[in-house]
Amino acid sequence: MTDMRELYQEVIIDHGRRPRNFFACEQANHIKEGFNPLCGDKLTVYLVEHDGIVDVVSFQGCGCAISMASASLMTEVIKGKSFDEVHELFEIFHRIVTLGKLGELNDNIDFKKLGKLTVLAGVSEYPARVKCATLAWHTLMAAMKNSQEPVSTEEPGMQ
Amino acid sequence: MHIHRRKDFPILNQLVRGKSLVYLDSAATTQKPRSVIDAMDQYYLENNANIHRAVHYLSERATYDYEAVRVNVQNFINAAYSHEIIFVRGVTEGVNLIAQSYGRTYLKAGDEIVITAMEHHSNIVPWQLLCAQTGAVLRVIPVKDNGELDLDAYADLITEKTKLISIIHVSNVLGTINPVKKMIAVAHAKNVPVILDGAQAIPHLTVDVQDLNCDFYLFSGHKAYGPTGIGVVYGKTCYLEKMPPYQGGGDMIKQVSFAETTYQDLPYKFEAGTPNIAGTVGLGAALDYLRDIGMQNIIAHDQQLLSYATEALSNIPNLRIIGSAAHKIAVLSFVLGDIHAHDIGTILDSEGIAVRTGHHCAMPLAERFGLPATVRASFGLYNTCAEVDVLVEGLHQVNKVFSF
Repeated sequence: MTDMRELYQEVIIDHGRRPRNFFACEQANHIKEGFNPLCGDKLTVYLVEHDGIVDVVSFQGCGCAISMASASLMTEVIKGKSFDEVHELFEIFHRIVTLGKLGELNDNIDFKKLGKLTVLAGVSEYPARVKCATLAWHTLMAAMKNSQEPVSTEEPGMQ
Repeated sequence: MHIHRRKDFPILNQLVRGKSLVYLDSAATTQKPRSVIDAMDQYYLENNANIHRAVHYLSERATYDYEAVRVNVQNFINAAYSHEIIFVRGVTEGVNLIAQSYGRTYLKAGDEIVITAMEHHSNIVPWQLLCAQTGAVLRVIPVKDNGELDLDAYADLITEKTKLISIIHVSNVLGTINPVKKMIAVAHAKNVPVILDGAQAIPHLTVDVQDLNCDFYLFSGHKAYGPTGIGVVYGKTCYLEKMPPYQGGGDMIKQVSFAETTYQDLPYKFEAGTPNIAGTVGLGAALDYLRDIGMQNIIAHDQQLLSYATEALSNIPNLRIIGSAAHKIAVLSFVLGDIHAHDIGTILDSEGIAVRTGHHCAMPLAERFGLPATVRASFGLYNTCAEVDVLVEGLHQVNKVFSF
């Protein structure tokens, strides 16, 4: 149970139940769908970009508490950031959900930059759940590139 | 009636995440009793040789053991002849064998294949491949809200275009035991052969293929306390004889020249290459194990677990069981309020409880019930009512974690 509370922190349950920025944004100039065929999680990321800055970001979809909370927190954190900053955040985020807080010590990376995204660090203890936490981010990365293909967590290199 | 054979399964005696393992994923694969593990060990330690080939002593012994399992399977499902028992990797390979050998030979554009809306992907995709190759069309028997098949719709689906019917005997998601004997009679009245996917039925029911009068019956060893990589296709002689080989290679031929090859008789025509001999031996040991306990005892134990678990789970607030057919095996799929199945699975895992979460390889069925993911607790002969209590306690923990 104590371990479970570390994974399912109050913030995660809250964002999982009441995701923020949960709507289809009609003005979006970047839209991307992502899905995880193993568990059926699906979401769409909407992005209004202006001069390389995230003006508006929203999402819609369904999935577990981890994937919904991760998407919701992501939209809160990246709003107003430049694409370069978003890329950097994703790299740090990916490290924290795969390596946990140890990743910070080893690589001299400042996890403080992640802000409230650090609540998802507990996912690193559950390898089967890492894809839940990264689905929204992989979808966001593809949306920023405006690539045509839908994103699947079961493609090579997707974790 | 309780079976006290838990001690026969060494793997169950371990801690998972500091808790006693509660294994409730037997519909995915059952654990193996010591006798199955020992039989396979003994094969490799004492009898290993290739079969049907050499004149030496070990080869004769391996061949004898392998063929003895064929007779064992024949007796277990009451087939008329041992040559009607074909060894394959499992149900998936079995369905592909029938689709590619029988289906490709005898089906043409516009013919119809009937399956149910509760099929496992292994009894959907091979038929879709066959349809793409031949122009045949797939028809689907609907499932009612209670998890039973709509038999009126079934009768209406069978027309002069229907050339094959393939039905899951027992649903791996809903636990429903389908009324296959009745359905086969309906099909045979219109001269349509019926295939049964018995993956979940063999470990839970007494199966008599002659009494059912099915034309093909398939099952996998690993869901019936045997090893992975071994399964069975039973087929009536009249069908198997007119089917061409599924794969070519060694052991399935009488004579090979570059101009022409003549094939072996049944069942070897369908067993190209060196088979899974150790797996076959393990399957034989698994069937012996089930026979030793007695299927009637296993059924009684299963039904007791089913009614105990159904009642216990029904008392949990916001829990909804999917599938309430009149005849079920001890497989319970459920949802818990708005909590996603994967979150439930992770929290139960932290309590040492192994359940399956997701669509259970039956995505069309999940769609039918509007539930992309459910939790499934599936029971084996080693499970106890005390483990149901652990599951219930685990689900209360889930509610607690999500109680903000």
